[in-house]
This record gives sequence, C-alpha cells and structure tokens, in this order.
Amino acid sequence: MRAGRTTGNAVAESENIVVETAEKIFSDLADAQTINRDKKGEWKAPLWQALAENGLPLSWVPEECGGSGASLAEGFGVLSAAGRFAIAVPLAETMLAGWLLAQAKIASPEGAMTVAPASPKDRISLNADGTLSGRARGVPFAKDAKHIAVLAHGTSGLSIALVDASACRIEAGLNLASDGSDTVTFNNVTPVAIKPAPKGIDQTSLMLMGAVARSLQIAGALESMLEISVRYAGERVAFEKKISKFQAVQHNLARLAGETAAAMTAASSAADTLANAKNFDDAVFLEATAAKIRCAEAAEKGAAIAHQVHGAIGYTLEHILHRYTMRALAWRDDFGHESHWAVELGKRVAARGADELWPLVASR
Amino acid sequence: MTAALRFDPIRLPPECEKLRKEVRAFLAEEVAKGTFDPHSPHGGDSDVPGFSKRVGERGWIGMTWPKKYGGHERSFLERYVVTEEMRVANAPTRRFFVADRQSGPVLLKYAPEHIKMDILPRICRGEVCFSIGMSEPNSGSDLFAAKTKATRTDGGFLINGTKIWTSSAQVANYMLGIFRTSPSTKENRRHGLTQFLVDMKTPGIKVNPIGQLTGKAEFNEVVFTDAFVPEDHALGEIDGAWKQATSELAYERSGPERFLETYYVLTELVRALGDKPDTRGAEGVGRLVAQLHTMRRMSVSVAGMLHAGKEPVVEASIVKDIGTIWEQALPQRVRDLAAFVEPDASNHEILDNVLPYAMKVAPKLTIQGGTTEVLRGIIARGLGLR
Repeated sequence: MRAGRTTGNAVAESENIVVETAEKIFSDLADAQTINRDKKGEWKAPLWQALAENGLPLSWVPEECGGSGASLAEGFGVLSAAGRFAIAVPLAETMLAGWLLAQAKIASPEGAMTVAPASPKDRISLNADGTLSGRARGVPFAKDAKHIAVLAHGTSGLSIALVDASACRIEAGLNLASDGSDTVTFNNVTPVAIKPAPKGIDQTSLMLMGAVARSLQIAGALESMLEISVRYAGERVAFEKKISKFQAVQHNLARLAGETAAAMTAASSAADTLANAKNFDDAVFLEATAAKIRCAEAAEKGAAIAHQVHGAIGYTLEHILHRYTMRALAWRDDFGHESHWAVELGKRVAARGADELWPLVASR
Repeated sequence: MTAALRFDPIRLPPECEKLRKEVRAFLAEEVAKGTFDPHSPHGGDSDVPGFSKRVGERGWIGMTWPKKYGGHERSFLERYVVTEEMRVANAPTRRFFVADRQSGPVLLKYAPEHIKMDILPRICRGEVCFSIGMSEPNSGSDLFAAKTKATRTDGGFLINGTKIWTSSAQVANYMLGIFRTSPSTKENRRHGLTQFLVDMKTPGIKVNPIGQLTGKAEFNEVVFTDAFVPEDHALGEIDGAWKQATSELAYERSGPERFLETYYVLTELVRALGDKPDTRGAEGVGRLVAQLHTMRRMSVSVAGMLHAGKEPVVEASIVKDIGTIWEQALPQRVRDLAAFVEPDASNHEILDNVLPYAMKVAPKLTIQGGTTEVLRGIIARGLGLR
C-alpha cells in the first residue's frame, strides 16, 4: 500500500486525474524517509519544479490568468493529498494566493507565492497614494515566496494586490514543524498590480478558504498518522507479542481512527460546501469554521495517540512520525486559531437564537 | 494492512427537506395539542399510543418497508430525517422506535410470510411495541454466553431462564430474543443460539421492572418458566443467530439517536447564554456546535452508504463511539459553560429543569446498544489489529 492511501477521500476520488498527478509527484519526489534524511533540503527544488510543470500551484487560477483552471474541488483534493504526505513547500499558499488574485482578475506570476494577512486579526491598509502599509504575522513561507497576494483595506473598500516579496521587510520565523512562518511588514510598498476586491470577498472569506485548506491538510496528515501507527503496532514486539494484540493499544488506535474519521468528514464536507457555494453565507461559515475547529481538536488528540503508540522511537528526529504530527499541530495556527473560530461561530449561533440552532445544523 | 475508512460528503436529497417541513409541522401540532412537552426530555421515553398511531397514519413508521407489509417504500435517508426531527423535539417515540429501527427489519428478513403479514402492518400503524431480549444476568456485552434455553417440545419450544435490562418489556407486545437451542462447540463458541419471536402475553413470562437511577423503571427483568413458542416463531437458522445479529448493527449504531439523546441541553445553553454571550460562553458553544455538526455529517455519510447498499460496519461503530461519548459529556460541558449565567435572569429556567435529567441519563449512553469497549474492539478489528 502506498503512503497516505489508508482512507478513501471523496474529493480525491471524484477528481482523480489532478489528484493522482499530485500523488504521483509526491510519492516520487516527497517520500517522507528520503526527505527526513536530506538535511540540506535538496528535495525541495525538484519537487517544486515537478509541481509547477504540472500546473498544480496555480490550480485555482483560470487559464486566462496564467493558471491551469482546475476546479475548487480538484484543488481541495490536491490539498488533502498534500496533507497525507505532509508536504512542506508553499503549495497550499501559492494555490490560495492564485485564488485570491483571480478573484480580482489579476494574473498570477510564476514561482512560489503566499498570502497576507494569514490571521483574522492582522490588517493591511491601502494608503491614499496607492501604497500598502501594515504588518502580517505568521505568514507561511513568506521567506520562500517570490510574490505575496494581499488583501488590503482602503477608504473606499477592499482591494486585492500582487506584491513583490522583496519589497517587504520579512522577519523569518518557524512553526512547530520548522517550516517558515514569517512576519511581513509593508512600509509604503508599491504593489505590482492592484484591483478592487469583488463583492463577497473580504478578509473573513479569505480566512475561511485558508482554514478549509489547512483542515484538509490536517485530515490528510491524520490519515497517514493512523496508517503508520497501525503498521508499527503490527511490527513492534513487546512482552513476547505484537503490541497490536494488547487491548489498550487497540483501543488507542480505535480512538485515533475516530479522530481521523471526524477530521476527514469535517474537512471534506467543508470543501464540498465551498466548491458548490454561491457566496459565503451562514452554511459556509458553519462548515468552514467547524472543519477548522474539529480538525484542530483531532490533531491534538490524534498526534498524542500516534506518539504514544510509537514510544521513544517516534520521538526521534530520525523517525518520520514528527513530519506528520508537528505539521498537523502547526497548521492549527494558520488562518485563525480554532478558538478564534469557535468564538465567532458561537456568536453567530447566539445571534440566531436557541431555536434556530437545530435548523442550521440540519440544513447541512 | 488497514481497511479503508470512508466518509463521503453525502447530502440528504431535496425530497428530504420537504419531508422535514412536514414532520416539523406535525410535531408543532402535537405540541400545541398537549401530546408532549418538547422541553421535557422525560417525554421522549414515554409510551403515548395516540401519538404512535398518528405517526403511523402519516406513514412515518416502516417507511422503507415494502407496501405489501404496510410499509411505504421510501428511502433510508427519508427515515433518517424523521428520526432526527423526532429526537430533537423530544417526541414520545418509545412505542414504535425499536420496532421500526430493528425488529421490523429482522422480521422482514427472517420471519415466515404469515407472520410478516400479521405483525408488520401493525407496527406501521403504530400499534405494537417491541423489546429486545439479549442481555442476561451473566451475559451482557458477551452476548454468546447467553444461557436462557429454548428446548424442543411438541410443535415448538419451551423457554426457561432470565433476560435482563430489557427496555420496554413492561409495555411491549413482542420480544425478539436470542435463546440457547444447543451448547456452543469447541470450534465456535458463538454456535447454538437461535433468534425467536415471542408474544409477551404467552403464559410463563413474568416481567419485573427494575428501578433506574433516574427514578424511572424503563428496563426490566423478564423471567421465562416453560413459556411456549411455536415452531414457526424461530427466525432464521437454528443455532445460527450469530450470523444474523451482526449485519443489523450498522443500522442500530449510526443513527441520529446515537448523538442527540441529550441535545436539548445545548439548545437550552444557547438560550441561557443569551444573544450576546461572553468570550468563554461563545467559544464553548462554538466548539460544541462544530463537534455536533461533524458527527451529524459522519452519521449522514453512513446513512448514505447504507442507502447505497453498503455495509459500513466499522464506520457505524466509529459514529456510535464518538457520538455517545459526546452526548454523554455534553451535560457536563453545558454545566461548565452555564456556570456564570445571571442567577436572577429567567432565560435559564428550562436549562435548570432539564440539566439534572441529562446528567442522570448520561452514564447509560456508552453502555446501551454496544459498549464503548465492544465498539473499539470492532474498530480495531476493522483496522486489522485483531
């Protein structure tokens, strides 16, 4: 069985050509063992080149804007595959940036991109002279990006801008998995291109797209954690039998399967909703925030079990487990902490009123 | 090699939404009539024959069964909608719920034609209540340790022994029970049990209600002393009940009743916190709603797979494992989150009334219909661990 194919995924299943292309590239060029042994990061360039040659980073960019024009559903399928392989190049970020730019019909350039802001609380301003100011924290892979897609607030509304990353001040930071999570400061930066954001696209909708992307990646990472944990339990012998024969271990793995199932369900349901949504209404808000909240909770419980099953070997740098567990935990922080979304969802539920909660849940 | 878990993003089809409106309107009418109080969760468990008959008249019992047996040949997903709306409304479904979910389908599959023609239409009309005779004083989760005997006699069997924890036996018209017709064998300890349909009016059956910690007595001890069951009431293969019991489990384990049993405390928490909750209250509600939504999507996904003729046994067990643990913890989370509501405000009166009952019901939720431990064993088997 190939890595990361423990579980069927509906998005991947129905959109299998694009997704199979991505999976083939991941399994050829992003094998976890190989990457884990490569201390110099030499795997990154060939992987990115293969992804770019196949048009995957610009999946969500229409052909007239320089992309490959895949559907939202196909792109979401690529992201859950990327999660199953714990891919650590700015693929999701470039896809989101391309999507944002395409909303304003700004063509996407070649090369890696990321998006700013990447947190609901950060705000970039469009000044009267057409330049951008502000600071965005926790921007994934900003140091690796050639360009940044920016959502900016001006006096006459929201704008979408394409910015050369070298025009910004970027302070490098690292997330839990040691992937770039940087602070980007815009000091009167002149964008390469800027256009008004269309109606319906605002900072919340950008954050929700990012949150669903991260949810799919977390769910994918959990699928792999489950697979390698089950495999390890069937190999490791202790007290003269395979540890998979101990009921305590079986029950832990059953719980991991449950958390994985919950994450897969929440993420694929939200992706399916966004792929078919006409606008960012209450249903999209429920689906997307619930996915981020539930996947983040599953990441916490699931990573703990995967490590417990592996014992000390899973705590080593040499073993691949940390590639999945630390990334699943790190991805919780991007595009809104799950507690942030829980508060926002709770407020919406409260504003609708107690007797309108069930109709909302049942409408999905 | 691990088995593939599948949870496709299945949506209920459009005809379900029309039906949902009809069910809500019907339930609102019943509430207005005073049939039941939606703010009294005790009601959901009670037996209200008039209500059952009216549900039957609407065609909402035996919805998926063939028309010749009184059924309506509607989809499993339509039945799902009726079940979840009834549950959320705390409607008194006790009389027909078990028959509709479990007993009817077993009869459809294994009973002789004349029994099907006799009983199934009466279930559909909301007239008959079923109980399930599985557990015994020394046989609970370990179903195949059952000792209550069915011994051959002229024209049938004589039953001797005791079933226990039998819900609704005090009002039930029939029991579907598992009884020992042969000893188990060395090769197969599950061998030797046969499933029977038992008329609860049969002489030699004594029902002794057992008081529960809620103060009610909904489950029972059922003692059989030479109770006669006719030959044609043996269902399916003699000594082979173990083959029949397991395939029904996916239906029993993945429905909306497996995470909605204490749902009313969440509604009342939202009411108690008001339209502008503080950060702590909002976060708590947001997390609970995210968890609820996810479970329902998992449950609908399993329903969709059952509808498509698949047997998602592992997925169904996951839904019950996660769902029952959630509905069990829910009253405790609600208690925490309601700790700072204004004592003099009036919007937490209903919560104050229902929360203690939910707390008392909570311990049984991870025991009934397959314990957490049994479910995790099934999931582990599905993962290839045993």
